[in-house]
Amino acid sequence: MKDQILDDAVLTTQLDKVVAWGRKYSLFNYPFVTACCGMEFMASSASHYDTDRFGAVFPRFSPRQSDLLMVVGTINHKMAPALKRVYDQMCEPKWVVAFGVCATSGGFYQNYATVPGIDTIIPVDMYIPGCPPRPETIIDALVKLQARIQGQRQSLV
Amino acid sequence: MSESALYQKLASSLGLEGLPEESLGTVSALVVPAASWHAAALWLKQQGFSMLIELGAADYSKHPLPHPGRYAVAAHFMALPGFERACLKAYVPAESPALQSLCGLYAAANWYEREAWDMFGIDFPGHPELKRILMYEGFEGHPLRKDYPLGRMQPLIPMREAVDYEAVRQAARRAGQGGA
Amino acid sequence: MSMHIEQKLPSYRSESKAMGLEPMAINLGPSHPAMHGTIRIKAHLEGETIVFADVEMGYLHRGFEKTAEAKTWNQVVPYTDRLNYVSPIINNVGYALAVEKLIGIQVPERGQYVRLIMSEISRITDHLTCIGASAMELGAFTAFLYFIKAREYFWQLVEEVTGARLTISYTRVGGITRDLTPDFRERFAFCAAELEKSMAEVDGLLSRNRIFLDRMDGVGVMDRERSLSYGFTGPLLRAAGVAYDVRKAFPYLVYDRLDFEVPTGSKGDNLDRYHVRMEEMRQSLAMIRQALQQIPEGPINVADPRVMLPDKQAVYTNIEALMNHFKLIMPGHGIRPPAGEVYFPVEGGNGELGFWVISDGSDRPYRVRVRPPCFPLMAGVEEMILGEQVADLIPIFGAINMIAGELDR
Repeated sequence: MKDQILDDAVLTTQLDKVVAWGRKYSLFNYPFVTACCGMEFMASSASHYDTDRFGAVFPRFSPRQSDLLMVVGTINHKMAPALKRVYDQMCEPKWVVAFGVCATSGGFYQNYATVPGIDTIIPVDMYIPGCPPRPETIIDALVKLQARIQGQRQSLV
Repeated sequence: MSESALYQKLASSLGLEGLPEESLGTVSALVVPAASWHAAALWLKQQGFSMLIELGAADYSKHPLPHPGRYAVAAHFMALPGFERACLKAYVPAESPALQSLCGLYAAANWYEREAWDMFGIDFPGHPELKRILMYEGFEGHPLRKDYPLGRMQPLIPMREAVDYEAVRQAARRAGQGGA
Repeated sequence: MSMHIEQKLPSYRSESKAMGLEPMAINLGPSHPAMHGTIRIKAHLEGETIVFADVEMGYLHRGFEKTAEAKTWNQVVPYTDRLNYVSPIINNVGYALAVEKLIGIQVPERGQYVRLIMSEISRITDHLTCIGASAMELGAFTAFLYFIKAREYFWQLVEEVTGARLTISYTRVGGITRDLTPDFRERFAFCAAELEKSMAEVDGLLSRNRIFLDRMDGVGVMDRERSLSYGFTGPLLRAAGVAYDVRKAFPYLVYDRLDFEVPTGSKGDNLDRYHVRMEEMRQSLAMIRQALQQIPEGPINVADPRVMLPDKQAVYTNIEALMNHFKLIMPGHGIRPPAGEVYFPVEGGNGELGFWVISDGSDRPYRVRVRPPCFPLMAGVEEMILGEQVADLIPIFGAINMIAGELDR
């Protein structure tokens, strides 16, 4: 069914789309920052590149209050239980972004200490490549994630 | 180098003669026997070397040149106000490597020795709390030893196989086409 | 190691114990908002006072030293970027200088000046990040935005020169990858003007701000004697009154030709650390200006065929250059320093960054040990936060500028 605008005042659409519209433009991220990618994360949240335009700047440092887990930087085996616990504590709906190649695949740290990609521990929705990714890549990923959220089934229970 | 005069005084205060010196480029290191490690550091502290700048270890088991022990611990000291540097090096054998702890002399030695224990397995009797610092409890082995393989992981939580979503989608498509 | 308050203040009498109560255990980290890196601080509180502290690190241990033993000498350079990732060039320069000392070569003058200029730009971005983030943690969000804006201009300048903003891998053994851009002076003048504007704004916001002074003055005091015992170096030792700067004490590159001061504090508290860092940024700007006046023309890389790749034009046209290129690139060949050891200290953003490099004569390092400047600083944090209130823990931690990349390697 197509969206219709009646008399410039009333919009008819589907519940899923409205809920998705609300969720995608008010992402509260939990920046699980460990390493160098955190610097680019800070840069993309600051004045030059400003993710506030997309509604996704406000960090909530409690897993209960956030819905976007951004794993920024290398995760090693000592940190992995903390990451899993934070992910488990987040409530649905939640999305996970693997920010940087270290979170995506381990990067060029393929050794005894690092986890070769966080998707071996938790499911991931968006992988951002780059070491560290440029802020433009981060914003591109954010917009793609928002498009993805728009297309998903939104459950309200 | 100007350290040689200092080292000769140190050697004679320990009652030892003819201790070799190794060049570390910017500073010269005096190789002291492991048994005199604490006494040498104490003498340096009394001479005014109030800072322990660095304490690191190395494993010489795969080095082509012969060394008097498998592991070596090198400690760098500095004296104020003239910023004089001194370096002590001690070799310890492969079986039960141990050096007396410098924790009583310098507060900095605490964490440095914990790291040497964690990475190499060198024991420091006299250390108040010698436990792992970089690796986690439950990790077996000492990673920077030459016989520990680079890629041997000991994960704390089980790792799962990443799902190849594209392969799943294509398999479903093929199954759909085959059925239809 | 953990520390009880009785070890720091032997006269402390616990009120809770007198009432038959236990102190409350709280846990900060390893994932926490103070955006400096992952660390875990276990603290016991009696009311608001911290009576027991245990700092646990290692949450970003990425195996740098073991990985360096598996890569060739130049392949280690990208790994050194990610040590102190807010001042990456200083790490690159330190490692390159250590290996060059081992081989016994020296980069030509222009190369040294360019390395110095880029190192000081890195130091500026390091201090901008530190002060900006620690101001944000106190609630002064505007100061953070101003400094990140200034840092952004410098990152754009670094990107024009090296090709990347943050992880630049700028040095090679024997030189650097690219020379300065032709319009570097104008671009730098613009960035410096922006930085001075931002510093004036933040200075006006913070330096005489009653809230900032109340929170930073007299907080996290580490006096001279304890700082020396812990092996502090860098801005924290200078804030305690000891004028130790590796650039003055053991000059490397061309620092002995520049005229600069080493700012020192007196009390060793957070406010002194803030002022030392602000003043160091001004000194770095002055150093870069002097270097830009003194810099000669000439080659930037050492013309030694054992370490330096020949010019690409020659490689494609000349058989000797092609063989030289081959001998440096193919596995089994490559740069082969003589067997030996070197310890080379440089002044990092946080203090003395030392590289102990052992070579066995092959094309791969035998051992690369990094002396992290913030390693002794974090050991001292346990003592610094005892007796302070829990709200002071964050400014103390912020003023140390712990970078987990270099602490855990």
